[in-house]
Amino acid sequence: MTTAMGAPADTFPKLLLLNAVNRASKPAVRMKDFGIWQTWTWAAVLDEIRAFALGLEALGLKAGDKVAIIGSNRPRLYWTFCAVQSLGAIPVPVYKDGVADEMVYVLDHAGVTFAVVEDQEQADKVLSMTDTLKSLRHVIYDEERGMRGYDPAAIHAFADLQADGRRLLAADPALETRWRERIAAAGGADLAVILYTSGTTGKPKGVMLSFDNVVISAQNGIVFDKLTEAEEIIAYLPLAWVGDHIFSYAQSYVAGFCVSCPESPETIVDDRREIGPTYFFAPPRVFEGMLTMTTVRMQDAGNWKRGMFDYFIEHARKVGEQILDGRPVALFDRLKYGLGEMLVYGPLKNRLGFSRLKVGYTAGEAIGPEIFRFYRSLGLNLKQLYGQTEAGVYVTLQPDGEIRSDTVGRPAPQVEIRIAENGEVLYRSPGVFLGYYKNDNATAETKTADGWVHSGDAGFFDREGHLRIIDRAKDVGKLSDGSLFAPKYIENKLKFYANIKEAVAVGNERDFCSVMLNIDLTAVANWAERNNVVYGSYQELAGHPQVYDMIEKHVDQVNRDLAAEPSMCDSQIRRFLILHKELDADDGELTRTQKVRRGFIADRYAPLVEALYDGSAERFVTTEVTFEDGRKGAISANVRIRDMKPHPPVPSAEAAE
Amino acid sequence: MTAFVESRPMSAARPIEKGETLLSVDGVSLSFGGVRALTNVSFDIKKGEVRAIIGPNGAGKTSMLNVINGFYHPQQGTIAYKGQVRRRQKPYEAASQGIGRTFQNVALFKGMSTLDNIMAGRTLKMGVGLFWQLFRYGPALNEEIEHRKKVEEIIDFLEIQHIRKTPVGKLPYGLKKRVELGRALAMEPELLLLDEPMAGMNLEEKEDMSRFILDVREQFGTTIALIEHDIGVVMDLSDRIVVLEYGRKIADGSAEEVQNNQAVIDAYLGVAH
Repeated sequence: MTTAMGAPADTFPKLLLLNAVNRASKPAVRMKDFGIWQTWTWAAVLDEIRAFALGLEALGLKAGDKVAIIGSNRPRLYWTFCAVQSLGAIPVPVYKDGVADEMVYVLDHAGVTFAVVEDQEQADKVLSMTDTLKSLRHVIYDEERGMRGYDPAAIHAFADLQADGRRLLAADPALETRWRERIAAAGGADLAVILYTSGTTGKPKGVMLSFDNVVISAQNGIVFDKLTEAEEIIAYLPLAWVGDHIFSYAQSYVAGFCVSCPESPETIVDDRREIGPTYFFAPPRVFEGMLTMTTVRMQDAGNWKRGMFDYFIEHARKVGEQILDGRPVALFDRLKYGLGEMLVYGPLKNRLGFSRLKVGYTAGEAIGPEIFRFYRSLGLNLKQLYGQTEAGVYVTLQPDGEIRSDTVGRPAPQVEIRIAENGEVLYRSPGVFLGYYKNDNATAETKTADGWVHSGDAGFFDREGHLRIIDRAKDVGKLSDGSLFAPKYIENKLKFYANIKEAVAVGNERDFCSVMLNIDLTAVANWAERNNVVYGSYQELAGHPQVYDMIEKHVDQVNRDLAAEPSMCDSQIRRFLILHKELDADDGELTRTQKVRRGFIADRYAPLVEALYDGSAERFVTTEVTFEDGRKGAISANVRIRDMKPHPPVPSAEAAE
Repeated sequence: MTAFVESRPMSAARPIEKGETLLSVDGVSLSFGGVRALTNVSFDIKKGEVRAIIGPNGAGKTSMLNVINGFYHPQQGTIAYKGQVRRRQKPYEAASQGIGRTFQNVALFKGMSTLDNIMAGRTLKMGVGLFWQLFRYGPALNEEIEHRKKVEEIIDFLEIQHIRKTPVGKLPYGLKKRVELGRALAMEPELLLLDEPMAGMNLEEKEDMSRFILDVREQFGTTIALIEHDIGVVMDLSDRIVVLEYGRKIADGSAEEVQNNQAVIDAYLGVAH
């Protein structure tokens, strides 16, 4: 990657100039508008960005200024990144759906002087904050609808600013030379972007990434997955999220491929089918949603179609993954898979917009193994990665042919990883961030002097050298014999069974691990109907011996899995119980985002926890509950406890799988 | 979004400037047999304003709209549109003069897609002969492309891209109302009559619809007359309000004037007789 003058193209504005020459007539950005895909070539993109940059400069944007970018995935907002960077200023993308307080905090903390927003909704939000945001001088909007009647001195249309830029350029062609000189003067070590982490714990922190961080990370990902300028991707994830910044911005500039922006957030499914991305990223819930949609639609289909679907999906489950990984498969099965491709897999992939998919990623949280395997068995090269904003995304990646649903793969190119004493994953790479903006304490806590970053996640390498993330490091404890106890890891394994809705693992500083479970009423009620189990309420169903028998099988399978993992073997579940009531956010047992509050639950159900460890077979408890209308009541029940026999550790080779 | 190209007014009358009277109703009385729906009602609608017609149930609001768009013919009184007193006319004639409307009960083609429903709103603007239409060729094709462009602008404006190809019958109520507004907009009306555009909507849908109504006026310069029961919405949206009760006009003025009018308070709250 070098420019015509031979200098390395180590910033996005330089890459833009390069692409505008080398790929002048190749598509760079697409957006569906008025029902038609509108395309901009790299040459056209250069023209748009230059005009906007000159317009911004005329408005007084200077090097070092921070520019907020708020809105959904639209070409003009992506152009803003590059235009701002070309002037030496720093883009600060912000989550558009964030609560006002959080948005104010970020904009104020970053000290933004300009804000480029999508539409009136965002403009209003920003304008309502002007009392707090003393530094904010100008707001620029993309969508003109409803924007009449605002103060024209401080509020500008994106297109008007571009028109100003073009007019100035026409009057003084030397402007362009100066603009290009400024771009040439910037270097890879300069600050490129500040990405605020969503801040699940405490206030959001501004992660400062240099051009080198982003460009080198992007380049490594491109080499790893052999991406070319022919890739097609669809941009639909939040701009402020590091993943989108790398996939939809950085890699597009580095590899030169085209990014398509959907017509509106609601049309993404149709738009994806029309574009047929070759490179796709989605959090697990998107894949879950697509699978649910497919299953539901198939339930409504005629008998013939449903029968054919079920038959071939079953076959794919058997051999699909082997074929994808290039492992040996019997000729007849191969032929049958080929027929299935014609009749079921192909049309289904087309429906989902995955006909051309070369590589797909999922990350962010654990994906259910069943869901993961479903897509892979269709022949989709779906992989997992583990990444963080502080790493410029990539920490680990799954290489082709080494895909497991429960690991996150090997260290990404140029990334070093080590596991700290307490199980925490530490990494060092060229993508490692410069520091947190205006927060040296947090920087010092997270990043060591020699460049190692504390990920905050606990994990370990399995026998094949794949990293497994088990939990947040601060939640990982120890059993009384000193072995590792990772509650969330165990809970997630249990929750992958449809019959188990919630699980709470206890065992920190105790002799063994035990769990308290919630059954999933929908799934278990369905099961009860099929098995002629009669019950009157959740409580009765939860305490039913046959339900216990069924759940025991799931727990046993989890124990078997745990036995296969050396570091987890000791935390096999020795005792479990099924809670007599569903965990509920109204009772403070779950957070509003439906995560279990482990500590609170342990206190609330202290008698049950005690019973788990004093050997009793059942315990009578009374629990106060809050009804939806705010009234309080009490539920009492005799909760049974089951003992489990641990499996011996699996010795060696035949492990893992 | 690009603004609409101002369509040429179909009637020969000179264009009406903003603030001038667009439509005036003078002494209109309407009765069905012995039932008097409207009695000697007079008011006017000025270009560019949002004019609300309110009143208790059975006050004659919908009858008033039906008179304005030519569906009912008053026994007495006159209606002047753009300064010309109207002779007896049919609804489509009113439509071709630039009066569009939506209905209290959604009246869309259920089996057709959103796109086709809105396209149907452009029927009056289609001029190519049957011959070309049959073959969808030459001028017919060019014309369809032009119309489709307008329809896409409306779809974009109303933010209903995601239901472009969905049969209207499958849509939730709030979206149906929006499609209906889209169809009315497709004929590029100068005066838009909305019959309870927000009936049965939740708060959020009402807010969205209010925003669309204001945006329609701002972006297309359309004059709007609406009937609405949600008094809060009416007070926020409207420039002037006519209040009807038992077919008679009992008040006319700004939101504030109407709110403080004793006759209106009595009509809504009831008085001891």
